[in-house]
Amino acid sequence: MNCAAMPEPVMNTTTVDYPIPPLEATRLGRRPMSAGVAKAGLMLGQGILILGLIVFLALPLAAILMRAMVDGSGDWVGFTLVARIISADGFAPMVGRSLAVGLVTTALVVPCAYVFAYGLSRTRMPGRQALRLIALLPLLAPSLLPGIALIYLLGNQGLLKGIAGGATIYGFWGIVVGEAFYTFPHALMILLTGLLLADGRYYDAARAMGAGSIRTFLTVTLPATRYAVFSACCVVFTLTVTDFGVPKVIGGDYNVLAMEAYKAVVGQQDFSKGAAIGILLLLPALLTFVLDRRLRARQGAQLTGRAQPYVPAHDRRRDLVFFAMALTMAAAIVLIIGVSVWASFVKMWPYNLSLSLRSYDFDNMDGGGWLAWRNSMQLAFWAALIGTAVVFTGAWMMEKMPARSPLAQTLRATVRMLALTPMAVPGLVLGLGYIFVFNSPANPVPALYGSMLLLVICTIVHFYTSAHLTATTAMNGLDPEFEAASRSLKVPAFLTFMRVTLPLCLPAVLDVARYLFVSAMTTVSALVFIYSPSTVLAAVAVLNMDDAGFIGPAAAMCTVIMASSAMVSVLLHLASRTLVRRTQQWRVASAH
Amino acid sequence: MPQRQSAFLSVRHIHKQFGSHAALADVSLDIDSGELVCLLGPSGCGKTTLLRIIAGLEQQNSGTVILGGRDISNAPPQARDYGILFQSYALFPNLTVAQNVAYGLSGKRDLRGKITARVEEMLGLVGMSGASGKYPGQLSGGQQQRVALARALAPSPSLLLLDEPMSALDARVREHLRIELRALQKRLSITTLMVTHDQEEAMVMADRIAVMNAGVIEQFDTPRKLYQQPASPFIAEFVGEANWLPCVRLDAHRAQLGAHELHVSTPMADPTQKLFVRPEAVRVVPSLDQAPNTLLAKVLDGVFLGRNYRLSLRLDGAPGVTIQAIVPPQTGDALLGRHAATHCRIELPSDELRGYA
Repeated sequence: MNCAAMPEPVMNTTTVDYPIPPLEATRLGRRPMSAGVAKAGLMLGQGILILGLIVFLALPLAAILMRAMVDGSGDWVGFTLVARIISADGFAPMVGRSLAVGLVTTALVVPCAYVFAYGLSRTRMPGRQALRLIALLPLLAPSLLPGIALIYLLGNQGLLKGIAGGATIYGFWGIVVGEAFYTFPHALMILLTGLLLADGRYYDAARAMGAGSIRTFLTVTLPATRYAVFSACCVVFTLTVTDFGVPKVIGGDYNVLAMEAYKAVVGQQDFSKGAAIGILLLLPALLTFVLDRRLRARQGAQLTGRAQPYVPAHDRRRDLVFFAMALTMAAAIVLIIGVSVWASFVKMWPYNLSLSLRSYDFDNMDGGGWLAWRNSMQLAFWAALIGTAVVFTGAWMMEKMPARSPLAQTLRATVRMLALTPMAVPGLVLGLGYIFVFNSPANPVPALYGSMLLLVICTIVHFYTSAHLTATTAMNGLDPEFEAASRSLKVPAFLTFMRVTLPLCLPAVLDVARYLFVSAMTTVSALVFIYSPSTVLAAVAVLNMDDAGFIGPAAAMCTVIMASSAMVSVLLHLASRTLVRRTQQWRVASAH
Repeated sequence: MPQRQSAFLSVRHIHKQFGSHAALADVSLDIDSGELVCLLGPSGCGKTTLLRIIAGLEQQNSGTVILGGRDISNAPPQARDYGILFQSYALFPNLTVAQNVAYGLSGKRDLRGKITARVEEMLGLVGMSGASGKYPGQLSGGQQQRVALARALAPSPSLLLLDEPMSALDARVREHLRIELRALQKRLSITTLMVTHDQEEAMVMADRIAVMNAGVIEQFDTPRKLYQQPASPFIAEFVGEANWLPCVRLDAHRAQLGAHELHVSTPMADPTQKLFVRPEAVRVVPSLDQAPNTLLAKVLDGVFLGRNYRLSLRLDGAPGVTIQAIVPPQTGDALLGRHAATHCRIELPSDELRGYA
């Protein structure tokens, strides 16, 4: 963009030889917004954000801690309740089962995802775009889908039951396979980012010194991505251990911690027990989260501005090997999704495989019917709209506005910490916390009780961290002097946010909207505790229908959810492309 | 510095602390109306911090800023009435050149025609007519700078702040733009404060230069005075080149350099341990000239620089002391030719010598 060779135009020094006419006469200048008003506005905005995070995040978390210390009759019992649950018969084996599922899933998913990500980023294997899309498909489905698909494939009336050779899919391996499907795209995205950040210069150096491909991998690639690997392990383990969707559907009597908490609350109305287990589940999540942040902060220094992108060389054999492996994994994903979609259209699995729409007759079934789907769409729409607005306005207030006084800086640090917290809080824990705060007589905002708005807020809070990080990364990539320049021109900061900052972040804005929409469509973990009959949701309906034995309709609802998420994702993607083409001509222009 | 009545921008006793590091220690500065003043100094000397305090982008710990008789020490940037040109220009990449220039102008719809005219006028002023529909990304660095300048000037501010405006440009473009920017500033007679670390840039452009070092202004003077009468060895080094000759002070006007006694017109303070003389002030004189302040020197080396020669000389009678001299080409040719003399006589003019501790 810097055309140095272009002759510089000469400033017009002859024709205009009078000073610039003062603007007061022409009324063209801006009258600056009163400093008091601007300051008050900013304080108000920051205050609302902080208050929101406290009421809808800190308070529920505090409530769950409190609740674990109180017994059924409301008496303070301290840690005795937690101690009693831990020492109860069958608790230690249950922890063991949760750990086993978590560790085996992690050991299975992370290497597979690494191979897949390596294939996508470091080889020239064919069909990389399509493979990547397929690998991300599980994000569009509720975590219950793989369980349902496995039942159709290997369950009591499974299509391929013979292959299993009498072994049952209900239990450990069912959970592991289901969780693997559910967590794979999360691990893949983290590893892909880690691998794409590679600095090509190290590879040139390694090759120049005669290192072979294995040696280069061991000495350059693996060390450079070890934080991503650790991060992926943390995410997979935490997601697996805190998920109750898959165990609910296919766990059989293989009882895990998350399942126990869910049963305690939904089945036995034993909230204290639910809270106590919730806290236990919070511990590993918090621990891995803190470690992860620390390591990530250390890795930041590795990357320099002068890094060269890595371009893989031609290597037929390598490409074929990775293509075969990636294809196998993609096939497994397509199989699981395909089976549940197919089964949802089948009349009577596995006896009558002719097609019918019987399973889609939701209104004549338990679970909430099409109302559930309409509610979910509504929830996802509002979560995407309000969430994106809150996330970007919040990130802007916290990252781009000056904070000079010690008070302002303390507030900012508090908000940063609160914004990172949701990532460490399992949905199960958050949902329980919401019960304790908003279903209690002491509800600080009574109007929210049982409302759709509460579900929207809970969803936004649940997925706040990733969205917030995307927004801050996008904003920190902008010239820090934009704000200073606009203030010197007496333009109110909010106007610059709307006219410059937000348009420049447009791709990130649409990314966040898509992420929030799809997450809202598919999540069950937090919302299952706080929906009301009038706000029943599609993903919750899947859970309920499966519970009632309507597995066909459950698969059908999964299909509807997936189709809706996919459609909205495609629409947002197209909108993004059109908008970028229409409003971001400068990007195209700068490329020349 | 006594506060003068005519000062348009007056900065008084500014302190700025970053943690335990004092970025600015009691800095005062008075700038007259229509004047271009440069803040010159090495990186980390506090010059950018001072500019940002005047702009209201940093808050001083103590001290006042008065602009046009108005105390703006605690005013937010939008209430200060200045235009600023950043190092990065900070042009909004998603807005066209015209939209960028109009950014600080009123948003009222009924004024649209006048605003368009104003934008065209400003673009004409900086020689960018016809670029209004382009995006900043389509312009060269120099063109971007012009647009950023037009944007800063469009609301007709009473003060223009320039933060290292040339540092992102090629050397050739830079030299060219310096002169244009200065011409424009003079024509508009807008009070201007510019931050730079490039002493040549400061010398070319400024009416007066404030040389900063480690959070204080060491000297605030015209370029000529700064060059000829540097207030400290730091300034002598930072602005131009300097020879330092170890000496013993005999009295206020006489110093002993090795075996030679030199006369110094400017009184030397006690203690004085070294004499300062610019390389171009060193004169080569006929060998037999026995005038005061002349001494013999051995020619060690000479480099042809085009307009002149740079000679390295070792002084006779002062062991280990070498001196750099810039001499006309004829003198250099004569000294460095095939049958050249290896010695010459040089004069250190008494009014060009200054003593420093």
